[in-house]
Amino acid sequence: MGAGHRRAGRGEDRMSRARRAPWRGVPQQAADPGRPRLTTSAMIASIAGPDQRTRPAPFGHALVELARTRPEVLGLTADLAKYTDLHVFAQAHPDRFYQMGMAEQLLMLAAAGLAHEGFVPFVTTYAAFASRRTFDFVSQGIAEEGLPVKICCALPGLTTGYGPSHQATEDLAIFRGMPDLVIVDPCDALDIEQAVPAIAAHDGPVYMRLLRGQVPLVLDEYDYRFELGRAKLLRDGAEVLIISAGFMTMRALEAAKRLEADRVSAAVLHCPTIKPLDEATILREAGRSGRLVVVAENHSVIGGLGEAVAGTLLRAGVVPPRFRQVALPNAFLDAGALPTLHDRYGISADAMVRSIRGWL
Amino acid sequence: MDARKAVRANAPGLEDRARNIRRHALRMGEVQGQGYIAQALGIADVLAVAYFHALAYRPDDPAWEGRDRFLLSVGHYAIALYAALIEAGIVPEAELETYGTDDSRLPMSGMASYTPGMEISGGSLGIGLGIAVGMALGLKRKASDRFVYTLMSDGELDEGPVWEAAMSAGHHRLDNLICIVDVNRMQADGPSTGVLNFEPLPDKWQAFGWFAQRVDGNDIAALVAAFDAARNHAEPKPRVILCDTRMAKGVPFLETREKSHFLRVEPHEWALAIAALDEGRTA
Repeated sequence: MGAGHRRAGRGEDRMSRARRAPWRGVPQQAADPGRPRLTTSAMIASIAGPDQRTRPAPFGHALVELARTRPEVLGLTADLAKYTDLHVFAQAHPDRFYQMGMAEQLLMLAAAGLAHEGFVPFVTTYAAFASRRTFDFVSQGIAEEGLPVKICCALPGLTTGYGPSHQATEDLAIFRGMPDLVIVDPCDALDIEQAVPAIAAHDGPVYMRLLRGQVPLVLDEYDYRFELGRAKLLRDGAEVLIISAGFMTMRALEAAKRLEADRVSAAVLHCPTIKPLDEATILREAGRSGRLVVVAENHSVIGGLGEAVAGTLLRAGVVPPRFRQVALPNAFLDAGALPTLHDRYGISADAMVRSIRGWL
Repeated sequence: MDARKAVRANAPGLEDRARNIRRHALRMGEVQGQGYIAQALGIADVLAVAYFHALAYRPDDPAWEGRDRFLLSVGHYAIALYAALIEAGIVPEAELETYGTDDSRLPMSGMASYTPGMEISGGSLGIGLGIAVGMALGLKRKASDRFVYTLMSDGELDEGPVWEAAMSAGHHRLDNLICIVDVNRMQADGPSTGVLNFEPLPDKWQAFGWFAQRVDGNDIAALVAAFDAARNHAEPKPRVILCDTRMAKGVPFLETREKSHFLRVEPHEWALAIAALDEGRTA
């Protein structure tokens, strides 16, 4: 950058740089054909580790099960049945499945219309499209009228290496502002299976983040049951309290185990309902004196669980000695392989352990 | 069905209904001193034909399952729909004094939770047709023979989701869906085709798989024929009635005002407007 650029205003400088040379540098790997290739950045890479127990398509199977006793349950998608596990439902109940085409705005409006007529539509797309593209249609078509549409979205947060077009790193921030919308971020296959009937039983709109395909199974090892609106203490610990949602609860449990080996005692409070938040349980646990409070989420540091918890604590005058966030940066993230990216942005179990050790 | 035949045999009744709808709308407009009066006057004939010729409903049971659905996508036309709901006996006439005031059931933009007979909360323009698609699919699931009508404005044609919904209705062959477009050629920033040209309209809808009719939206006989043709059309297609209307129709001194999207009317002019309506009756 020459002096001329430095003299320019910050915004101008950034723009001129982007126009001149927007491209990244040539990676080492390309220069060295002997180096092993990193794993894929394909759209739907599984987040399951190599030795992890999994269940296939828990959302699709749970919805089929639910539909057996609830004839008003329907499935709608915007050209993403296969990629949201709704194809399982479509195969089991072809007469109750609607392919709406790659038209997310219509998807939400048609679901509203079906809900007006007494049905309970489960609609699926990717989280990025539901949150960024259809916000007004969910707000005015569905939520303002209190309609029981269940919006279930794959690829929440950083669960694809495809880049910002598909990485819904701000979906919770966007949807938390919508009155009357319940928001759920389940951890694993068991959480999803139990959440499906629970959100169907709620008489109002719900946004649920989905893990799809081969989904890890973790919570069956804990005395756990999903309850809408409730946070659950999965393990107790004296020095650290990790409050987490989504698959970050898996990472939190893994991190807690590793910290235990270092004689650091960490509790994990799983908080799958982001809104309405289980403030009573959060205040009770965070109010226990002396613990570092870490909120871990698969979402931007802005507007997700971390800030929701922080606001809850401040409003109640509960101030832990230290409060930290494990979350994605406020940035458009890189494309790449998920393990690389999770490590780069601090949401892998390794990165989480490193962070917590540093904060102690 | 018998009631409909009786109305049809007495066609001048619809003229009276339309005039009453205009009068209710003017009285509500007077409460606020301004508003979407020109649209209400322009669409009154369409609403008269809808509510007193085409639609099945029960005034004392607005949520009756056997009703035809009438969705107001263009939420700021609420003043027009309230006038029709008053004329239809669904909303008491005395309530028009509360139009747009605190705690009224008649807010300036139509919302389902406020007003009996208001099926959806429109207002965020371009959402009604998509909801109508879902309702039409839902009625078919329930094996209902009722229609979903949705009223939108030509300005709403600017909105992309309208065309997603239009394509979807054609794809799903929704022959129980009737879309009414008020082509009054005026939107917030000026004449509609200058804002974003939507012509040729019938060709567009036909290309999306619809049975399209274009009529003079202030000609009651033409509207009756168009609604009948829409209901009775044999092809398994959604139906659209493109209604060319005149802003402020029925009150000549308002018809000629240029800034007609949100009309200002001086306090003394309301009585003149109602008098002009009545003059039209005797003329």
